[in-house]
Amino acid sequence: MTAVLPTLHSRQHPLSSSSEQLRVLQPESLAQAATPFEQSLDRAGLGPLRACGIEVVQINVGKLCNQPCKHCHVDAGPDRTEENMAPETFDHCFEAIRAIGWPEVDITGGAPELNPCFRPFVERVRAAGCPVTDRCNLTVLTLRSQRDLAGFLADHEVRVVASLPYFLSSRTDAQRGEGVFAKSIQGLRKLNRLGYGIAGSGLELDLVYNPTGAFLPPDQQALEADFRRELRRRHGVEFNALFAMTNMPISRYLEFLVRTGNYERYMGRLVSAFNPAAVRALMCRTMISVGWDGRLYDCDFNQMLGLEVGFGRPRHIKDFDPRALEERQIVTRQHCYGCTAGSGSSCGGATA
Amino acid sequence: MDEYYDPNDLPRFAEMGSDVPELWEKFNTWYGAVFEAGALSKREKALIALAVAHAVQCPYCIDAYTEGCLEQGSNLEQMTEAVHVASAIKGGSALVHGIQMRKIAEKVSM
Repeated sequence: MTAVLPTLHSRQHPLSSSSEQLRVLQPESLAQAATPFEQSLDRAGLGPLRACGIEVVQINVGKLCNQPCKHCHVDAGPDRTEENMAPETFDHCFEAIRAIGWPEVDITGGAPELNPCFRPFVERVRAAGCPVTDRCNLTVLTLRSQRDLAGFLADHEVRVVASLPYFLSSRTDAQRGEGVFAKSIQGLRKLNRLGYGIAGSGLELDLVYNPTGAFLPPDQQALEADFRRELRRRHGVEFNALFAMTNMPISRYLEFLVRTGNYERYMGRLVSAFNPAAVRALMCRTMISVGWDGRLYDCDFNQMLGLEVGFGRPRHIKDFDPRALEERQIVTRQHCYGCTAGSGSSCGGATA
Repeated sequence: MDEYYDPNDLPRFAEMGSDVPELWEKFNTWYGAVFEAGALSKREKALIALAVAHAVQCPYCIDAYTEGCLEQGSNLEQMTEAVHVASAIKGGSALVHGIQMRKIAEKVSM
């Protein structure tokens, strides 16, 4: 097993810059030039891609995380202490959520729970009646400073969507770091003890699978059955649903692809697996993504590539206007093939 | 051509439809149907394909079905077991022919 590397940011790696990532992602940068994503949409009669409402506000509260996973599209890690959402930006988010009419709030990072404003914000939006999702890395639940986190999430009936790339320690630790699988199981057991993932408790615990290498995810339904059987048999762990997500060629995963000579083949695989049926339910069509500094994006992936909401629409949470954003045209590039390959991929798993 | 086997030949497989598109079309339709879920799951079929790929020692098929098995959710333990099954059958197949050797030797010996 190769060791998990520090963040690209701390290594001052060229791919820590979004402009360098966009350069690598250009269709013509491949030896065999790929079809531009927009052209594939047009051929399928689906372009240009447009939003059709705002059902989810996804807030990326910052890049601070207690672990630096090899595939992280955020390049999050323990050294990312600067780029984290400030209290006034949380206030602007709350006002935007009010303006939309209390939609679903999806909080991500980094490890979002490490932002000191996470809990007060969750309390506030839950009190307003919004369903809230916490995208949790599981190991954060085992930190000494976060001993009461699971109880807090349960008390506020927050849905937990937890990353667990595989039900075996070898593959999980290869992606997320030595010992992460064992700690993740500890975290899952803690959640189960509170009722999370247990039928009838009302506390939802969903898992996220993502491939531990340069290949596409399996059929979501078959994989969910495997995870349920194996996690129950080996660890006595229960959960509600499993989402199979495709790794996006962004940031640390892009660096992995380039460094290991897998980039051309992986991009070719994504392009050849373009599935028009996966386009209708793309998450960017029903969500808005907010960055730690309040900038607005069509999705968390565009956020990491610095591709702000385009076509003259408001670009900062301070200027939020639901009507100007709900039918906006989506900004697309070659990485979008990651969400349309095979069965499709989104924060809620397969889309086709 | 410097080598008989070239990884870049795998994506060129469709060129085998050049000049004979009907045959290629028939092969593709049948091939696709074979790997659809039926009495066996897609994952089981990919594992069989991986094992056969080793038995026929086809580097293209090993390449394609290693990735195919991972994309169907198999892990290295399962995939390695599948290759052992293929190897056991190949080894056993060689060994069982030893009976033929023994019978012939018996026949020609005093």
